[in-house]
Amino acid sequence: MGITQILFWTLTVLVLFSALMVITSKNPVHSVLWLIVTFFGISGHYVLLNAQFLAIVNIIVYAGAIMVLFLFVIMLMNLNKPSSPLKNKWIQIAGFVAGGCLLLVLVAALRNTEIAKNTVEAGTGDIGLVANLGRELFSNFVVPFEIASILFLSAMVGAVVIGKKE
Amino acid sequence: MGVQLTKRAKPVDRRPMTWLESLYLWNIMKGMAVTIKHFFSRKVTIQYPEEKRSYSDVFRGLHILNRDEEGRERCTACGLCAVACPAEAISMEAAERKPDEEHLYREEKYAARYEINMLRCIFCGLCEEACPKDAIYLSKTHAPANYHRKGFIYKKEDLLIPNPLTEPEEYKKALGTIKREPKS
Amino acid sequence: MYILAIDWLFIIEKLILIALIVTLCMIVAMYATYGERKVAAYIQDRYGPNRAGPLGILQPLADGGKLFFKEEVVPLASSKILFVLGPMLAMVTALITSAVIPWGTALSIGKNTIPLQVADINIGVLYIFAVVSVGVYGIMIGAWASNNKFSLISGVRAASQMVSYELALGLSLIAVLMVSGTMQMSEIVSLQQQHGWNVLYQPFGFLIFFICAMAECNRTPFDLPEAENELNMGYHQEYSSMKLGFYLFAEYINMFMSGILMATLFWGGYDIPFVDETKLAAGIGQNWVAFLSFSMLMIKACFSVFLFMWIRWTIPRFRFDQLMHLGWKRLVPLALLNMLITAAVVLWLNK
Repeated sequence: MGITQILFWTLTVLVLFSALMVITSKNPVHSVLWLIVTFFGISGHYVLLNAQFLAIVNIIVYAGAIMVLFLFVIMLMNLNKPSSPLKNKWIQIAGFVAGGCLLLVLVAALRNTEIAKNTVEAGTGDIGLVANLGRELFSNFVVPFEIASILFLSAMVGAVVIGKKE
Repeated sequence: MGVQLTKRAKPVDRRPMTWLESLYLWNIMKGMAVTIKHFFSRKVTIQYPEEKRSYSDVFRGLHILNRDEEGRERCTACGLCAVACPAEAISMEAAERKPDEEHLYREEKYAARYEINMLRCIFCGLCEEACPKDAIYLSKTHAPANYHRKGFIYKKEDLLIPNPLTEPEEYKKALGTIKREPKS
Repeated sequence: MYILAIDWLFIIEKLILIALIVTLCMIVAMYATYGERKVAAYIQDRYGPNRAGPLGILQPLADGGKLFFKEEVVPLASSKILFVLGPMLAMVTALITSAVIPWGTALSIGKNTIPLQVADINIGVLYIFAVVSVGVYGIMIGAWASNNKFSLISGVRAASQMVSYELALGLSLIAVLMVSGTMQMSEIVSLQQQHGWNVLYQPFGFLIFFICAMAECNRTPFDLPEAENELNMGYHQEYSSMKLGFYLFAEYINMFMSGILMATLFWGGYDIPFVDETKLAAGIGQNWVAFLSFSMLMIKACFSVFLFMWIRWTIPRFRFDQLMHLGWKRLVPLALLNMLITAAVVLWLNK
């Protein structure tokens, strides 16, 4: 067992545990914090896959910016007291059915994939390195890249418009 | 425009800031020039235990009960200082001198108990002026801090000047802290 | 020494380096508190602490000892784990920036050359972005866990301030990346050794980076999260003893780290100006050059720290709307402009 495998298993346990904690925590602030831990674990996985850019951007954007804003909002909502469980029985049943459907779809989808063929091997391939990724993005994938940037721009303009509304 | 006392007064500029000003940069640099000038300027601190700020000539501090040249207490417990005291800080108890105490007290009557509450005292010096016997003086020292209120009630032992016969050096030193002016 | 396919010698070497760097950061932070008080005093025509030891140089020890022996108070209604986690995170995020900094030229011990850098990763600058963006959690978590409205407001302020200024900071760094064409910190430094310091090419970028670094460190004039007169003490109001000490320490370590970063990215890193390091190494030995270059980096960083202090004791803090104004309407457009011009010039020169 090499160091890569040790790291892989540690990270996996960490990610799964923290992801479970996200949905089982009663306190929403704790949920957010566990989600941040999950992001860090996933970033660790990206590093193991030699996708450094993705790993670091995941931390910068998700853990560093989006989760800060999440935390920002949740802290201000004063959800200190444990929220009471849902009273409405119909909502519970609907949630159960929806969740069950999602599980069914996921299991069905996973059954038909050929996992063995698409396994990503840790530490091989260098497409994830910054220079290679940049070259790839700006040559082969330049149209989708620019479309994505236009999407971002329109989202930003939309945010400003909403913010300006009086 | 009202009365102008100096020519330094400048009218307040209430124009909106220009774009360059709203970066604050230039004004910050000006401020920093001011502070760095102070960085190298002479320091005004007096390093206390090593160097002391001298008191002014008219300073009135802690009281001292005087003795004469033979080391006898001058106070006769007449109570004039207590009467003169606007803060009512002085209290005393008189006693009669015994025949064998002539080397201790100058007159037949003396203060058996003499207390000044330094928390009440306003150091006005009226006691000094009231005293007919040259017995009380305000020295050029100040009352040190204390942890208890009790510690600020100075007894006769705390106030008496050292005996010139047994402790001549301390006496001289204490005498130096008294400002002596001829009484008219 | 290969056990479990791990090069243990390598790990031990790195661990020693990490321990040294952490110790260095602690000592620098300690003496930064002393320096802060001295600078404040001198600017205000005073002498500052000068009783503990000659010139008061033992003052930080006295302060640290005091903090250690103070009573530890944990508010009853706080969430205990997060309350402890807050200062820990603040400290950790302050320290981990040091991992990618090249602290000097390589040492040579025996046959081995030991680079004075913990991790020379090829995404060094991005790593710094990441650490900076995560840096706010220490304050936010501590502020929320205190269960105190002043602390909470301070945490919210810290978060919005840091997120806002991160943007301009990143944009100013991107211009540096364009000039140097690499994200590896050691590469950036060696490029500066060859072609001159980045501050010559990026004076505006440096200014923007400097201002944003000040905002990220919560230094005056950007110390709104700990504005005493508005929020009592801000996020560390409920903290006492060494937990408070950690928060205060983290601030000074952050300051030192931004100084080091500015030196590395803009002021040539460990480069000794007007001296050719390789020639010098032939003259006085490689280890001495390593020491000299390290000292050079420290001098540059300490000057930045002094600049921070100088500014702190010169100007009062901004109002919050002024802060946001400056961040979003002044610095971000300026940084964007700087980036665009840099990009155009780089393109034009490369043609």
